[in-house]
Amino acid sequence: MKRQIAVLTLVGITALLVWAQSSVETPVRASQSTVMAAPRVIKITAKRFEFVPNQLTLKKGEPVVLQVTSEDVTHGFFLRPLKIDDVLKPGQTRDIPVTPQVAGKFTAICDHFCGVNHGAMHMTIEVVE
Amino acid sequence: MKNTDRRSFLKIAGASLGIGALYHVLPTPAPGLAAQMLDHMKHANGERPSPFSFVQLSDAHVGFHGPPDPLGTRAFERAVEMVNALPQPPDLVLFTGDLTHDSEDKDVHARRMAQFREIAGRLKAPLVKCVPGEHDAGLDGGLLFRENFGESHYSFDHRGVHFVALDNVSRAKPEVGPEQLAWLKRDLARFPRTAPIVVFTHRPLFDLKPEWEWFTSDGDDVMNLLSAYDNVTVLYGHIHRDHEHQVGQVRNYGARSLIFAFPDPAVSPDKKPLKFDPAKPFRELGIREVQAGRKPGPLGIHDVELTLREMSGLNGIQQLLKDPFRS
Repeated sequence: MKRQIAVLTLVGITALLVWAQSSVETPVRASQSTVMAAPRVIKITAKRFEFVPNQLTLKKGEPVVLQVTSEDVTHGFFLRPLKIDDVLKPGQTRDIPVTPQVAGKFTAICDHFCGVNHGAMHMTIEVVE
Repeated sequence: MKNTDRRSFLKIAGASLGIGALYHVLPTPAPGLAAQMLDHMKHANGERPSPFSFVQLSDAHVGFHGPPDPLGTRAFERAVEMVNALPQPPDLVLFTGDLTHDSEDKDVHARRMAQFREIAGRLKAPLVKCVPGEHDAGLDGGLLFRENFGESHYSFDHRGVHFVALDNVSRAKPEVGPEQLAWLKRDLARFPRTAPIVVFTHRPLFDLKPEWEWFTSDGDDVMNLLSAYDNVTVLYGHIHRDHEHQVGQVRNYGARSLIFAFPDPAVSPDKKPLKFDPAKPFRELGIREVQAGRKPGPLGIHDVELTLREMSGLNGIQQLLKDPFRS
C-alpha cells in the first residue's frame, strides 16, 4: 500500500511538473512572440554635414527605433511632426523611439550648430500609409 | 470726441534706402491731447517719447565668399555709406546677427569680426548695437562676440522706447534658454504694459519654417512674456528676406541680409540661396523699402510701424488715467 501511495505520489509530482512546465512554456512563447514584434531598429549616422542614410521610409503607426550616432561633433536631430528633438554628443548613440502618426514627407534637421555647412545637414523621412 | 487713428501715435515712416531700412518713431497724438498724453507717458513709462529714427541691418556674413555673392562685403559697405548719407541721421543702428561668417580657424574668425567692426565703425550713428547670429556664436558659445561687444543679451532705453537684445544662438540650439528667460521677465517687470518695446534678435521667435531652422524652440515662452505688453515690435534677421507676422499683439519683422537672399519658403522646396545676378548685384538685399510721408490710413505691405495702438486719442487717455501703472 505504501509503495502504491509512493508511486501515485511520484506520478502526481511528475504530472504536476509536466503541467507546471507546460504552463511556464506558454508565457515564454508569449514573450518570444513579443520579442518578434519589437520595434524595427534603424541605424542613422550623423556627421558634418550629413545624415547617412539621408532618406528613410516609415509606415504610419509602426513603432521603430531610430538609433542615431554622432561620429564627430555634437549634432541635433529635430523633426517636429514626429516629435523628435534630440542632442547627439560626439561618439554617442541615442535610441529614439518613434511611432509616426501622420503620413507625409518630412525634413529632419541638425539643429545644433555644427559648422559652416550646418544649414545643409538634413534628411528626408517619408511616412507612408 | 472722435478717436484718432490708433496707428498714428507712434509709427515708423521712412525713406526707401534701396539697401538698409530706416525707421522713424513719431509720437503724433491727436491735437490738443499731446501734452497731456506725453506727460502721462513720461509718468507711466519713465521717459517722454520723442521723435527719432533708427536703422536695422542684418546678416552681413563678413568673410563669406561664394557664388551666391562674390562681392563679399560690398553690400554691407554700401549700406553703411547710405545710412551715413541720410539727411536725418539715425540715432542708432541695430545689427540683428550673423555679423560674420564662421570659420573653424579661431584666428580667421577673429579677423572677420575685426573687419566687421572696422566697417560698422564707419557709421556716423552715435549708437550701434548688435546681437549675435549662429555664425558668430554657434561654435564658441558666443565667446568671440562677448569679447568684442560685451553681453549678448541686454536692454537699454532710448527716448521713451525700451530696446531688448535677445540671444537665441549662443546655446548652439535655436533657443533662448531658461536663464535668459528669467532675465527677460525681470527686465520687463519694471515697465507698465503701455511701454513701447522693441525686441531685436537673430532667429524668428515663432515657427516660421522649422525644417529650415527658422524658429526658436522656446520662442513661445518669450512671446508669453511679451504678450503682457501692448506695444511690442520684434525685429530679427536669419531668414535673409522680408517677412511680417503677428503673434497676438506682437508684430514681427524679418530683415533682408547684406550678403545673399533665401527663397520664399512657401514656394521653394529647398533653402538654397538665390543666384547672384551681376546686373543687379544688390537685388533682394538690404532690408525693406519703407515708404515716406504716409497719410493716415491702412498700411501697405512695405510699411513698418511701431505702434502704441491703445494710446491714441480718447481711448489712450482713458487707458492712461485708468491704468497708468501695470499692476
